[in-house]
Amino acid sequence: MTVNVNRYKCGYCGACVGVCPVGALELVETWIEVDNTCTSCGVCAKICPVGALVVVK
Amino acid sequence: MKNKYDVIVVGAGPAGSITAKTAALGGLDVLLIEKRQEIGDPVRCAEGVSKEGLKKHIQPDPRWIAAEVKGSKILAPDGTEIKMSEEASSGKAGYTLERKVFDRALAQQAAMAGAEVMVKTRATGLLRNNGKITGINAMYMGETQEIKADIVIGADGVESKVGRWGGIDTSLKPQDIETGAQFLVSNIDPGEYSRFYMGEKYAPGGYLWVFPKGKNTANVGLGLLGSKSGNVRAITLLENFIKNYMPEAKILEMVVGGVPVSGPIKQTIADGLMLVGDAARQSDPLTGGGIINAMDAGKMAGEVCIRAKEKGDYSVKTLKEYEDKWRATIGKELSKSLAVKNMLLKLTDEQLNQLAHSLKGIDTSKMPLPLVLPILFKKNPKILWELRTLFV
Repeated sequence: MTVNVNRYKCGYCGACVGVCPVGALELVETWIEVDNTCTSCGVCAKICPVGALVVVK
Repeated sequence: MKNKYDVIVVGAGPAGSITAKTAALGGLDVLLIEKRQEIGDPVRCAEGVSKEGLKKHIQPDPRWIAAEVKGSKILAPDGTEIKMSEEASSGKAGYTLERKVFDRALAQQAAMAGAEVMVKTRATGLLRNNGKITGINAMYMGETQEIKADIVIGADGVESKVGRWGGIDTSLKPQDIETGAQFLVSNIDPGEYSRFYMGEKYAPGGYLWVFPKGKNTANVGLGLLGSKSGNVRAITLLENFIKNYMPEAKILEMVVGGVPVSGPIKQTIADGLMLVGDAARQSDPLTGGGIINAMDAGKMAGEVCIRAKEKGDYSVKTLKEYEDKWRATIGKELSKSLAVKNMLLKLTDEQLNQLAHSLKGIDTSKMPLPLVLPILFKKNPKILWELRTLFV
Protein backbone atom coordinates (compact mmCIF):
# COMPACT_ATOMS: atom_id res chain seq x y z
CA MET A 1 0.00 0.00 0.00
CA THR A 2 1.32 3.37 -0.95
CA VAL A 3 0.63 6.64 -2.71
CA ASN A 4 2.17 7.81 -5.95
CA VAL A 5 3.37 11.38 -6.04
CA ASN A 6 3.37 13.09 -9.41
CA ARG A 7 6.60 15.02 -9.14
CA TYR A 8 5.71 17.11 -12.17
CA LYS A 9 2.65 18.46 -10.34
CA CYS A 10 3.81 18.50 -6.70
CA GLY A 11 4.55 21.95 -5.26
CA TYR A 12 6.46 20.36 -2.32
CA CYS A 13 4.44 22.28 0.28
CA GLY A 14 4.28 19.47 2.86
CA ALA A 15 0.54 19.72 3.54
CA CYS A 16 0.23 15.96 2.88
CA VAL A 17 2.93 15.25 5.48
CA GLY A 18 0.97 17.24 8.08
CA VAL A 19 -2.23 15.21 7.61
CA CYS A 20 -0.73 11.74 7.33
CA PRO A 21 -2.13 9.86 10.35
CA VAL A 22 0.75 7.38 10.49
CA GLY A 23 3.71 9.61 9.61
CA ALA A 24 4.47 7.74 6.41
CA LEU A 25 5.33 10.84 4.41
CA GLU A 26 8.26 13.19 4.51
CA LEU A 27 9.09 16.35 2.60
CA VAL A 28 12.75 16.28 1.61
CA GLU A 29 13.70 19.63 0.03
CA THR A 30 11.69 19.40 -3.21
CA TRP A 31 10.12 15.96 -3.13
CA ILE A 32 7.87 13.75 -1.03
CA GLU A 33 9.08 10.38 0.24
CA VAL A 34 6.64 7.63 1.21
CA ASP A 35 7.70 4.85 3.58
CA ASN A 36 6.24 1.37 4.00
CA THR A 37 3.91 2.33 6.87
CA CYS A 38 1.48 3.95 4.39
CA THR A 39 -2.01 2.50 4.79
CA SER A 40 -3.42 3.99 1.56
CA CYS A 41 -6.00 5.88 3.63
CA GLY A 42 -6.05 8.69 1.06
CA VAL A 43 -6.17 11.71 3.39
CA CYS A 44 -3.07 13.15 1.71
CA ALA A 45 -4.57 12.77 -1.75
CA LYS A 46 -7.76 14.47 -0.60
CA ILE A 47 -6.14 17.59 0.78
CA CYS A 48 -3.33 18.10 -1.76
CA PRO A 49 -3.84 21.63 -3.13
CA VAL A 50 -2.78 20.58 -6.63
CA GLY A 51 -3.92 16.94 -6.74
CA ALA A 52 -0.44 15.49 -7.07
CA LEU A 53 -1.06 12.32 -5.03
CA VAL A 54 -2.80 9.15 -6.17
CA VAL A 55 -3.55 6.29 -3.78
CA VAL A 56 -2.34 2.83 -4.76
CA LYS A 57 -4.31 0.05 -3.06
CA MET B 1 30.06 22.46 14.36
CA LYS B 2 30.26 21.31 17.94
CA ASN B 3 29.53 17.84 19.26
CA LYS B 4 27.02 19.13 21.73
CA TYR B 5 24.76 22.17 22.01
CA ASP B 6 22.41 23.46 24.66
CA VAL B 7 19.67 23.81 22.07
CA ILE B 8 19.13 22.54 18.53
CA VAL B 9 16.37 24.32 16.62
CA VAL B 10 14.97 22.38 13.67
CA GLY B 11 13.63 24.78 11.05
CA ALA B 12 14.64 28.37 10.27
CA GLY B 13 11.26 30.02 9.80
CA PRO B 14 10.07 32.84 12.08
CA ALA B 15 9.40 30.50 15.03
CA GLY B 16 12.77 28.77 14.83
CA SER B 17 14.85 31.86 14.22
CA ILE B 18 13.29 33.78 17.11
CA THR B 19 13.75 30.80 19.44
CA ALA B 20 17.38 30.50 18.37
CA LYS B 21 18.02 34.23 18.71
CA THR B 22 16.40 34.43 22.16
CA ALA B 23 18.31 31.44 23.52
CA ALA B 24 21.60 32.63 21.99
CA LEU B 25 21.18 36.10 23.50
CA GLY B 26 20.79 34.35 26.86
CA GLY B 27 24.27 32.90 26.40
CA LEU B 28 23.26 29.41 25.30
CA ASP B 29 25.04 27.32 22.65
CA VAL B 30 22.48 27.14 19.87
CA LEU B 31 22.41 25.36 16.52
CA LEU B 32 19.72 26.39 14.02
CA ILE B 33 19.26 23.96 11.13
CA GLU B 34 17.27 24.41 7.92
CA LYS B 35 16.65 21.52 5.56
CA ARG B 36 16.44 23.73 2.51
CA GLN B 37 19.37 25.25 0.71
CA GLU B 38 17.81 28.69 1.01
CA ILE B 39 16.18 30.07 4.12
CA GLY B 40 12.77 31.54 3.28
CA ASP B 41 12.33 29.81 -0.05
CA PRO B 42 10.04 28.43 -1.37
CA VAL B 43 7.43 30.66 0.27
CA ARG B 44 4.24 29.03 1.57
CA CYS B 45 2.51 32.10 2.88
CA ALA B 46 0.21 35.00 1.97
CA GLU B 47 2.71 37.27 3.74
CA GLY B 48 0.21 39.54 5.50
CA VAL B 49 1.16 40.66 9.00
CA SER B 50 0.05 43.28 11.55
CA LYS B 51 2.48 46.11 12.22
CA GLU B 52 1.93 45.98 15.92
CA GLY B 53 2.68 42.27 16.23
CA LEU B 54 5.76 42.52 14.08
CA LYS B 55 7.30 45.46 15.92
CA LYS B 56 7.44 43.46 19.15
CA HIS B 57 10.19 41.39 17.52
CA ILE B 58 11.96 43.34 14.81
CA GLN B 59 12.23 46.88 13.49
CA PRO B 60 10.42 47.11 10.14
CA ASP B 61 12.94 47.26 7.31
CA PRO B 62 12.11 48.31 3.73
CA ARG B 63 14.25 45.43 2.46
CA TRP B 64 11.54 42.95 3.45
CA ILE B 65 8.39 45.05 3.41
CA ALA B 66 6.77 44.64 0.01
CA ALA B 67 3.81 46.90 0.73
CA GLU B 68 2.04 48.76 3.47
CA VAL B 69 -1.74 48.40 3.58
CA LYS B 70 -4.31 50.89 4.84
CA GLY B 71 -6.51 48.27 6.44
CA SER B 72 -8.68 45.28 5.58
CA LYS B 73 -11.83 44.87 3.55
CA ILE B 74 -14.01 41.83 4.06
CA LEU B 75 -16.27 41.10 1.10
CA ALA B 76 -19.48 39.18 1.74
CA PRO B 77 -20.60 36.73 -0.96
CA ASP B 78 -22.90 39.40 -2.48
CA GLY B 79 -20.05 41.91 -2.58
CA THR B 80 -21.03 43.93 0.51
CA GLU B 81 -17.84 45.48 1.81
CA ILE B 82 -16.81 45.79 5.47
CA LYS B 83 -13.82 47.98 6.15
CA MET B 84 -11.71 47.15 9.17
CA SER B 85 -8.43 47.75 10.95
CA GLU B 86 -7.54 51.01 9.28
CA GLU B 87 -4.53 52.45 10.96
CA ALA B 88 -5.67 54.68 13.74
CA SER B 89 -3.07 55.69 16.30
CA SER B 90 -2.86 52.06 17.39
CA GLY B 91 -0.95 50.84 14.34
CA LYS B 92 -3.37 48.01 13.67
CA ALA B 93 -2.92 48.04 9.90
CA GLY B 94 -0.33 45.87 8.35
CA TYR B 95 2.37 45.02 5.91
CA THR B 96 2.72 42.52 3.15
CA LEU B 97 6.13 40.98 3.68
CA GLU B 98 8.72 39.61 1.30
CA ARG B 99 9.17 36.36 3.21
CA LYS B 100 12.23 35.29 1.25
CA VAL B 101 14.08 38.33 2.58
CA PHE B 102 12.30 38.50 5.94
CA ASP B 103 13.05 34.92 6.98
CA ARG B 104 16.68 35.33 6.07
CA ALA B 105 16.87 38.58 8.08
CA LEU B 106 15.48 36.75 11.14
CA ALA B 107 17.94 33.88 10.73
CA GLN B 108 20.71 36.44 10.38
CA GLN B 109 19.64 38.02 13.67
CA ALA B 110 19.88 34.59 15.30
CA ALA B 111 23.32 34.15 13.78
CA MET B 112 24.48 37.58 14.97
CA ALA B 113 23.18 36.74 18.44
CA GLY B 114 25.59 33.82 18.47
CA ALA B 115 23.63 30.88 17.09
CA GLU B 116 25.29 28.59 14.56
CA VAL B 117 23.28 28.09 11.39
CA MET B 118 23.38 25.13 9.01
CA VAL B 119 21.40 25.02 5.77
CA LYS B 120 20.65 21.97 3.59
CA THR B 121 20.66 20.09 6.88
CA ARG B 122 17.65 17.91 7.66
CA ALA B 123 16.76 16.28 10.96
CA THR B 124 16.08 12.60 10.31
CA GLY B 125 15.34 11.45 13.86
CA LEU B 126 15.91 12.02 17.57
CA LEU B 127 18.78 10.64 19.60
CA ARG B 128 17.81 9.02 22.87
CA ASN B 129 19.63 7.71 25.89
CA ASN B 130 17.50 5.66 28.30
CA GLY B 131 14.44 7.18 26.68
CA LYS B 132 15.69 10.71 27.23
CA ILE B 133 16.06 12.92 24.14
CA THR B 134 19.75 13.78 23.72
CA GLY B 135 19.89 15.36 20.27
CA ILE B 136 19.17 14.63 16.65
CA ASN B 137 20.32 12.69 13.66
CA ALA B 138 20.92 15.15 10.88
CA MET B 139 21.69 14.73 7.20
CA TYR B 140 23.93 17.21 5.42
CA MET B 141 24.97 16.63 1.81
CA GLY B 142 23.91 13.00 1.99
CA GLU B 143 25.86 12.20 5.16
CA THR B 144 24.08 11.51 8.45
CA GLN B 145 25.65 12.58 11.71
CA GLU B 146 24.68 12.71 15.35
CA ILE B 147 24.41 16.12 16.99
CA LYS B 148 23.80 16.23 20.72
CA ALA B 149 21.75 18.78 22.65
CA ASP B 150 19.89 19.14 25.93
CA ILE B 151 16.82 20.57 24.20
CA VAL B 152 15.47 20.00 20.69
CA ILE B 153 13.06 22.60 19.31
CA GLY B 154 10.65 21.45 16.61
CA ALA B 155 10.08 24.52 14.44
CA ASP B 156 9.63 22.34 11.39
CA GLY B 157 6.39 23.72 10.10
CA VAL B 158 3.18 22.15 8.87
CA GLU B 159 5.08 18.97 7.90
CA SER B 160 6.62 18.69 11.38
CA LYS B 161 8.23 15.36 12.20
CA VAL B 162 10.04 16.36 15.41
CA GLY B 163 6.84 16.26 17.48
CA ARG B 164 5.85 12.84 16.13
CA TRP B 165 9.33 11.46 16.84
CA GLY B 166 8.98 12.79 20.38
CA GLY B 167 5.67 11.00 20.89
CA ILE B 168 3.42 14.03 20.29
CA ASP B 169 0.59 13.43 17.85
CA THR B 170 0.58 16.50 15.59
CA SER B 171 -1.26 14.90 12.68
CA LEU B 172 -4.00 17.14 11.29
CA LYS B 173 -7.41 15.89 10.24
CA PRO B 174 -8.79 17.19 6.93
CA GLN B 175 -11.03 19.64 8.82
CA ASP B 176 -7.96 20.91 10.71
CA ILE B 177 -6.06 22.20 7.69
CA GLU B 178 -6.64 24.83 5.04
CA THR B 179 -5.23 23.69 1.73
CA GLY B 180 -4.11 26.72 -0.20
CA ALA B 181 -2.86 28.03 -3.50
CA GLN B 182 -1.65 31.49 -4.39
CA PHE B 183 -0.33 33.39 -7.37
CA LEU B 184 1.85 36.44 -7.22
CA VAL B 185 0.17 38.42 -10.00
CA SER B 186 1.11 41.58 -11.82
CA ASN B 187 -0.59 43.93 -14.30
CA ILE B 188 -3.43 44.51 -11.82
CA ASP B 189 -4.47 47.29 -9.47
CA PRO B 190 -3.71 45.89 -6.02
CA GLY B 191 -5.68 48.60 -4.17
CA GLU B 192 -4.67 49.91 -0.77
CA TYR B 193 -6.41 47.35 1.41
CA SER B 194 -5.95 43.66 2.12
CA ARG B 195 -9.11 42.08 0.75
CA PHE B 196 -10.81 38.95 2.03
CA TYR B 197 -13.54 37.34 -0.11
CA MET B 198 -15.99 35.10 1.69
CA GLY B 199 -18.30 32.61 0.06
CA GLU B 200 -18.80 29.12 -1.30
CA LYS B 201 -17.93 30.12 -4.87
CA TYR B 202 -14.52 31.46 -3.89
CA ALA B 203 -13.28 29.11 -1.19
CA PRO B 204 -15.55 26.62 0.62
CA GLY B 205 -14.68 26.62 4.32
CA GLY B 206 -12.06 29.29 3.88
CA TYR B 207 -11.59 32.55 2.06
CA LEU B 208 -9.87 34.11 -0.91
CA TRP B 209 -7.41 36.93 -0.38
CA VAL B 210 -5.88 39.75 -2.37
CA PHE B 211 -2.92 41.25 -0.53
CA PRO B 212 -1.21 44.24 -2.18
CA LYS B 213 2.45 43.50 -2.80
CA GLY B 214 3.69 46.72 -4.31
CA LYS B 215 3.05 48.56 -7.55
CA ASN B 216 0.74 46.58 -9.87
CA THR B 217 1.28 43.36 -7.92
CA ALA B 218 -0.59 41.35 -5.31
CA ASN B 219 -0.67 37.96 -3.65
CA VAL B 220 -3.95 36.44 -4.82
CA GLY B 221 -4.71 33.16 -3.13
CA LEU B 222 -7.25 31.07 -1.34
CA GLY B 223 -7.53 28.49 1.38
CA LEU B 224 -10.04 25.68 1.13
CA LEU B 225 -10.90 23.61 4.18
CA GLY B 226 -9.26 20.19 3.81
CA SER B 227 -12.53 18.36 4.43
CA LYS B 228 -14.05 20.16 1.43
CA SER B 229 -11.10 19.41 -0.83
CA GLY B 230 -10.88 16.39 -3.10
CA ASN B 231 -13.39 16.76 -5.89
CA VAL B 232 -12.34 20.36 -6.10
CA ARG B 233 -8.76 21.59 -5.64
CA ALA B 234 -7.41 24.86 -4.29
CA ILE B 235 -5.38 25.40 -7.45
CA THR B 236 -8.42 24.91 -9.73
CA LEU B 237 -10.56 27.34 -7.73
CA LEU B 238 -7.78 29.90 -7.92
CA GLU B 239 -7.26 29.46 -11.66
CA ASN B 240 -11.01 29.94 -12.16
CA PHE B 241 -11.05 33.08 -10.03
CA ILE B 242 -8.21 34.62 -12.01
CA LYS B 243 -9.87 33.71 -15.31
CA ASN B 244 -13.26 35.14 -14.28
CA TYR B 245 -12.36 38.14 -12.14
CA MET B 246 -8.80 39.13 -13.03
CA PRO B 247 -8.34 38.16 -16.68
CA GLU B 248 -5.66 40.83 -17.10
CA ALA B 249 -3.49 39.34 -14.33
CA LYS B 250 -0.09 37.98 -15.26
CA ILE B 251 1.20 35.25 -12.98
CA LEU B 252 4.77 35.66 -11.75
CA GLU B 253 4.89 32.97 -9.08
CA MET B 254 2.91 29.99 -7.78
CA VAL B 255 2.70 29.19 -4.09
CA VAL B 256 0.99 26.19 -2.48
CA GLY B 257 0.70 25.16 1.12
CA GLY B 258 -1.26 23.85 4.07
CA VAL B 259 -2.18 25.97 7.08
CA PRO B 260 -3.03 24.32 10.42
CA VAL B 261 -6.43 25.54 11.67
CA SER B 262 -6.93 22.96 14.42
CA GLY B 263 -6.76 25.36 17.34
CA PRO B 264 -4.57 24.44 20.34
CA ILE B 265 -3.36 20.83 20.30
CA LYS B 266 -3.14 18.81 23.51
CA GLN B 267 0.59 18.70 23.93
CA THR B 268 3.54 20.70 22.61
CA ILE B 269 6.33 19.62 24.96
CA ALA B 270 8.06 16.44 26.03
CA ASP B 271 11.20 15.85 28.07
CA GLY B 272 13.92 17.81 26.21
CA LEU B 273 11.53 18.89 23.46
CA MET B 274 9.37 21.90 22.59
CA LEU B 275 7.31 22.63 19.48
CA VAL B 276 6.85 26.17 18.18
CA GLY B 277 4.95 27.86 15.34
CA ASP B 278 3.13 25.81 12.70
CA ALA B 279 4.75 22.66 14.11
CA ALA B 280 2.80 23.37 17.33
CA ARG B 281 -0.30 24.23 15.24
CA GLN B 282 -0.22 27.80 16.56
CA SER B 283 -1.56 29.46 13.40
CA ASP B 284 -4.92 31.21 13.77
CA PRO B 285 -7.87 28.97 12.81
CA LEU B 286 -9.91 31.94 11.55
CA THR B 287 -7.40 34.04 9.62
CA GLY B 288 -4.71 31.44 8.96
CA GLY B 289 -2.17 33.99 10.16
CA GLY B 290 0.80 32.36 11.83
CA ILE B 291 3.87 34.60 11.67
CA ILE B 292 3.29 36.71 14.79
CA ASN B 293 2.11 33.75 16.88
CA ALA B 294 5.17 31.82 15.75
CA MET B 295 7.48 34.65 16.77
CA ASP B 296 5.71 35.13 20.10
CA ALA B 297 5.95 31.40 20.83
CA GLY B 298 9.60 31.37 19.74
CA LYS B 299 10.39 34.11 22.22
CA MET B 300 8.66 32.20 25.03
CA ALA B 301 10.38 28.93 24.14
CA GLY B 302 13.78 30.63 23.90
CA GLU B 303 13.33 32.14 27.34
CA VAL B 304 12.34 28.80 28.80
CA CYS B 305 15.49 27.25 27.26
CA ILE B 306 17.52 29.79 29.26
CA ARG B 307 15.65 28.93 32.44
CA ALA B 308 16.11 25.20 31.86
CA LYS B 309 19.84 25.67 31.40
CA GLU B 310 20.04 27.67 34.65
CA LYS B 311 18.23 24.92 36.50
CA GLY B 312 20.01 22.13 34.67
CA ASP B 313 16.64 20.47 34.20
CA TYR B 314 15.27 19.87 30.71
CA SER B 315 12.30 17.75 31.64
CA VAL B 316 8.65 18.70 31.17
CA LYS B 317 8.76 19.98 34.73
CA THR B 318 10.74 22.99 33.54
CA LEU B 319 9.49 23.15 29.95
CA LYS B 320 5.91 23.28 31.18
CA GLU B 321 6.43 26.99 31.73
CA TYR B 322 6.47 27.38 27.94
CA GLU B 323 3.35 25.29 27.49
CA ASP B 324 1.46 27.21 30.20
CA LYS B 325 2.56 30.59 28.90
CA TRP B 326 1.62 30.07 25.25
CA ARG B 327 -1.72 28.52 26.16
CA ALA B 328 -2.62 31.48 28.39
CA THR B 329 -1.87 33.94 25.57
CA ILE B 330 -1.75 32.57 22.01
CA GLY B 331 -3.83 29.53 22.96
CA LYS B 332 -6.67 31.60 24.31
CA GLU B 333 -6.90 33.55 21.06
CA LEU B 334 -6.69 30.35 19.01
CA SER B 335 -9.64 28.87 20.91
CA LYS B 336 -11.72 31.97 20.31
CA SER B 337 -10.86 32.00 16.63
CA LEU B 338 -11.66 28.30 16.39
CA ALA B 339 -15.14 28.87 17.84
CA VAL B 340 -15.78 31.65 15.33
CA LYS B 341 -14.42 29.55 12.47
CA ASN B 342 -16.63 26.60 13.41
CA MET B 343 -19.62 28.93 13.53
CA LEU B 344 -18.84 30.48 10.14
CA LEU B 345 -18.56 27.01 8.63
CA LYS B 346 -22.24 26.43 9.40
CA LEU B 347 -23.44 29.64 7.78
CA THR B 348 -24.83 29.82 4.29
CA ASP B 349 -23.73 32.53 1.88
CA GLU B 350 -27.11 34.20 2.47
CA GLN B 351 -26.46 34.34 6.23
CA LEU B 352 -22.99 35.76 5.64
CA ASN B 353 -24.62 38.48 3.54
CA GLN B 354 -27.06 39.19 6.37
CA LEU B 355 -24.18 39.58 8.81
CA ALA B 356 -22.49 42.05 6.46
CA HIS B 357 -25.73 44.00 5.97
CA SER B 358 -26.24 44.26 9.72
CA LEU B 359 -23.12 46.46 9.95
CA LYS B 360 -24.60 49.11 7.65
CA GLY B 361 -24.32 52.52 9.28
CA ILE B 362 -21.66 51.38 11.75
CA ASP B 363 -18.15 52.64 11.20
CA THR B 364 -15.92 49.62 11.73
CA SER B 365 -13.06 51.04 9.71
CA LYS B 366 -10.81 51.69 12.71
CA MET B 367 -11.70 48.49 14.55
CA PRO B 368 -9.72 45.27 14.49
CA LEU B 369 -11.64 42.01 14.01
CA PRO B 370 -11.89 41.21 17.76
CA LEU B 371 -13.88 44.44 18.22
CA VAL B 372 -16.14 43.86 15.23
CA LEU B 373 -17.15 40.34 16.27
CA PRO B 374 -19.06 41.39 19.45
CA ILE B 375 -20.98 43.97 17.40
CA LEU B 376 -21.91 41.31 14.89
CA PHE B 377 -23.06 39.10 17.72
CA LYS B 378 -25.25 41.81 19.24
CA LYS B 379 -26.86 42.54 15.87
CA ASN B 380 -27.34 38.89 14.93
CA PRO B 381 -27.89 36.89 18.12
CA LYS B 382 -29.94 34.22 16.35
CA ILE B 383 -27.44 33.44 13.62
CA LEU B 384 -24.49 33.59 16.01
CA TRP B 385 -26.12 32.08 19.10
CA GLU B 386 -23.38 29.51 19.60
CA LEU B 387 -20.86 32.26 20.14
CA ARG B 388 -22.71 33.89 23.02
CA THR B 389 -20.26 32.69 25.64
CA LEU B 390 -17.46 34.51 23.84
CA PHE B 391 -19.08 37.90 23.81
CA VAL B 392 -21.30 38.33 26.85
